[in-house]
Amino acid sequence: MKLFSTSSRGGRIGSIAAIATVVALAATGCAATNGGDSGDGGGDSAGTIAFLPKQLNNPYTDVVLGGGEEGAAAIGYDSEVLGPLEASASAQIPFIEQATQQGTKVIVIAANDPDAVGPALQTAREAGAKIVAFDSDTNPDYRDIFISQVVAKDVALIQLEIISEQIGGSGEIAILSATATATNQNEWIKFMEEELESNPDYADIKLVAKVYGDDDADKSFQETQGLLSSYPDLAGIISPTTVGIAAAAKYLSTSDYKGKVALTGLGLPNEMREFVKDGTVQEFALWDPAQLGYVAAFAGKALVDGTITGAEGDTFDAGDMGEITVGANGVAIVGPPTRFNADNIDEYDF
Amino acid sequence: MSTVTHAPAVPRSNALKRFFTAREIPVAGALIALILVTYIINPRFLSPQSTKDLMLNATIMVILAVAQALVIITRNVDLSVGAILGLVAFGTGTVFDMFPTIPLVLVFVIGMIFGGLLGSINGMLVTSAKVPALVITLGTLYIFRGVLSSWAGSKQFFSGDNPKAFGNLSVDTLIGIPIITIIAVVITVAVAMFMSSVRSGRDLYAIGSEPDAARLFGIPVGGRVLSAFIACGALTGLAGVLYASRYNSVGALTGSGIELDVVAAVVVGGVAIFGGSGTVAGAAIGAVLLSTITGALTATRVDKFWQQAIVGVLILAAIIIDRVVSLRRARKLRVNEAKDV
Amino acid sequence: MSKTMTTTSRGQLSRRLIGHDAVIFYILITVVIISMITVNYFASTLTVGFLLIQVLPILLIAMPMALVIVSGEIDLSVASTAGLTSATMGVLWRDSGLDIGTVMALSLLVGVLCGAFNGFLITTLGLPSLAVTIGTLALYRGLALVVIGDQKVASFPKELNAFVLSKIGNTGIPVMMIFALIVIAFFAVLLHFTPFGRGLYALGYSPQAATFVGVRVGHAKFWMFVATGVVSSMVGVFLTLRLASAGPDNGTGLELSVIAAVLLGGVSIFGGKGNIPGVVGGVLLIGTLTYALRLAKVPETALIIVTGGLLVLSVVAPSVIAWGKERIRLNRVHREVQGQNAPGITRA
Repeated sequence: MKLFSTSSRGGRIGSIAAIATVVALAATGCAATNGGDSGDGGGDSAGTIAFLPKQLNNPYTDVVLGGGEEGAAAIGYDSEVLGPLEASASAQIPFIEQATQQGTKVIVIAANDPDAVGPALQTAREAGAKIVAFDSDTNPDYRDIFISQVVAKDVALIQLEIISEQIGGSGEIAILSATATATNQNEWIKFMEEELESNPDYADIKLVAKVYGDDDADKSFQETQGLLSSYPDLAGIISPTTVGIAAAAKYLSTSDYKGKVALTGLGLPNEMREFVKDGTVQEFALWDPAQLGYVAAFAGKALVDGTITGAEGDTFDAGDMGEITVGANGVAIVGPPTRFNADNIDEYDF
Repeated sequence: MSTVTHAPAVPRSNALKRFFTAREIPVAGALIALILVTYIINPRFLSPQSTKDLMLNATIMVILAVAQALVIITRNVDLSVGAILGLVAFGTGTVFDMFPTIPLVLVFVIGMIFGGLLGSINGMLVTSAKVPALVITLGTLYIFRGVLSSWAGSKQFFSGDNPKAFGNLSVDTLIGIPIITIIAVVITVAVAMFMSSVRSGRDLYAIGSEPDAARLFGIPVGGRVLSAFIACGALTGLAGVLYASRYNSVGALTGSGIELDVVAAVVVGGVAIFGGSGTVAGAAIGAVLLSTITGALTATRVDKFWQQAIVGVLILAAIIIDRVVSLRRARKLRVNEAKDV
Repeated sequence: MSKTMTTTSRGQLSRRLIGHDAVIFYILITVVIISMITVNYFASTLTVGFLLIQVLPILLIAMPMALVIVSGEIDLSVASTAGLTSATMGVLWRDSGLDIGTVMALSLLVGVLCGAFNGFLITTLGLPSLAVTIGTLALYRGLALVVIGDQKVASFPKELNAFVLSKIGNTGIPVMMIFALIVIAFFAVLLHFTPFGRGLYALGYSPQAATFVGVRVGHAKFWMFVATGVVSSMVGVFLTLRLASAGPDNGTGLELSVIAAVLLGGVSIFGGKGNIPGVVGGVLLIGTLTYALRLAKVPETALIIVTGGLLVLSVVAPSVIAWGKERIRLNRVHREVQGQNAPGITRA
């Protein structure tokens, strides 16, 4: 019995401490107004742009962010990279909140989930931040402008074109995507499905499966295996994600399917070079990811300056990329996709 | 919790009986049934290429499960294995980057020593601080993963960065079996023999059954547990080296989240979660079973969303079987005692 | 498992109890004060709002989890229960046409069922909770995938999404904290001021002894797992509304954060020891430290190391201190014994 009486005494001391903490936290709140303002007049910079990629430590993301930092420097902004180590929607939220609290003028985000980041972005907007989505869009309600790498439909079509060339215009194909909820992936897949149905050139091509490797190397690898073992007549795979296409290529290059099953999609030249040279992959596509970050920085500045509001028909200056026009739904397009193959892959380093 | 010590030294006359009552049998039976059913539905499931893939997929999990079983049998657990695997895999890439001509054997030795060192950190914390391994290794899981993330950053090593001969380990086969799978089988057999016929191996069961009694009996509990953690780390390190050979890229996230899969495989394989019973062979079969399910589901085109739920059901089935077996054994022991009196 | 603990540390238990949770709060207050002075932007009402909303899921689940661990068990399936709840809520809202109140109530039922299933396996069949909940961790997350597939449902009423994030006046304190305080108070009273709670401590010390002194062991454990399921479900509903999105992966990985916070708060993994204020302190400490370090632009990788280090330190430090004290005591006893030359006294 003695035990329990001491334990509740411990509880009492604990509760006193708990109250003290709440008081301390409340005091934090009271000191708010002056604290919040003091950090704002930060030096000679025009403000800060926070870049929030889907996840840190991802080679593709690094290239995008490199362009973003270059763009921010060109317009006289400080840039900051915030983000989770793993690509999940809920993990991005604390970083949006952090950027809000730091009074960041522009938040540039690649959303892991179009809706989940919404409420947090809404709070950030109310605190005065401009929201630029890039790479993967959020729900349009929650952002001012979306910088799209390329016209979504073009990306979808170029991949279909490549695969059709490689499999001779007929046969079964499958798609190896990233996460099942990724906005950009699903949009491309939708365009591919529509095109397969409507375009007579593709009448003999049949999409038999869509699998998701979650942008995880192992999982994409195993999904590729699964595809090949369950669809014996598979002629080609499209993987519109850099992680997926690299994992699929690694599997194909070590298996009996090498050279028999075609593979294309969106890949990074540095990751794919080995597989293009050994014949596993003939051709794949991508845009220049650095341009995406670069243009996003300029769009952020234009929004802050009030030059644009993200409405259709607005135009803004994007430095080396020239003038860019905002299209329907606040989407601005950067440039056409590039095809990479054995002839030109050595000209690129990213 | 089952505290019935698995008795490895049974008289030979009982050997046959023991074989049929062994805890591995239901797991192996489930595995065979799974393979047969899948094969009947989709004969391509056992085509040469698919068979090779099944073996390759199971390889790394088997080594991890054998390693984990050593620790779990002593009534501990190592949750940091995913991070250890990642550190060693990334370390392997780094070693090849620095010394491209290094002999492959040396890479394996370095990987195992590195893993063993990480395991010894866990082991020392667990034995000297006398704090449960679950908590310590949960902490080192975070720490090791953090160290890996800051070491690796966004750097990744691709298969193209490693020597061809290293990558070929997971492509080349010997009588149809991939070389890395042979390595895994050899290790399982070696560890199984050690556990059943070497004194210090049997000590691990005693420690897991009743640590206090083991101590009274004169078994150096601390030392044995520390060695189990080191061995677990070293084998996990080996798995890390093989991982680098098998997959396209190793980086900051390599191996994350794998720890629960490993523990699940061990439990499905009939090792009691509170130690003292089960075998490494069982754990290895458990690992094969779990990794085969993934392939079987895609091959039979069952909705992949069912996969995780099925794994959950298997784990529950395994522990329920364990419970039934140990209850029955306890009753039999009581009956026998009654007869003796 | 509990037996080793009782033999080694019962003597110092009461002192350590007071020590641990008090110390956690001293550290917490120090962290808050230092952050206010040194970290830009930390001293702001925004901090209170963002921080509390961020820790809320962990704080809520930590309450029943503390009770579970005090009684010598563990529940690893909490995050999966939250995920299954979120998935169910999404599908019900999309397909059933029921109003949102009914949908939320039905979703909470998921937690009751998940908890009851855990409780059944653990108490009725007598299976170890660690193994059972590793199994249901996979099972419930798997069922979440089966229920909702790879879909997301995001069409929840906007007012409700906004309400979940709303603040009390201009204090910056989220309205949801009122709800959290009710949950905390409920479990604090349950653990510290009722026979049921005392029964849990007894269970954690020794299930056999608890049975002898009249605790209905199975009964108590069963309801504890149900309570854990229900609170996990509440968190599932909360996450769904806060993210404005129901999906199968909501809450993934939460279980390890919760357990880390509970243990940091001074609950012994062996059971029988720990209290609610300490757990609240543990949750707030990890949350505040992470928040302040992020604002101070400490790299994300260092944060994981800090979390892990704190956890290891919090369990190793008491052992080391106890070991030191024990050595001093033994030395003293040794000297006394030698001085008096009377061996019988060693037992004192």
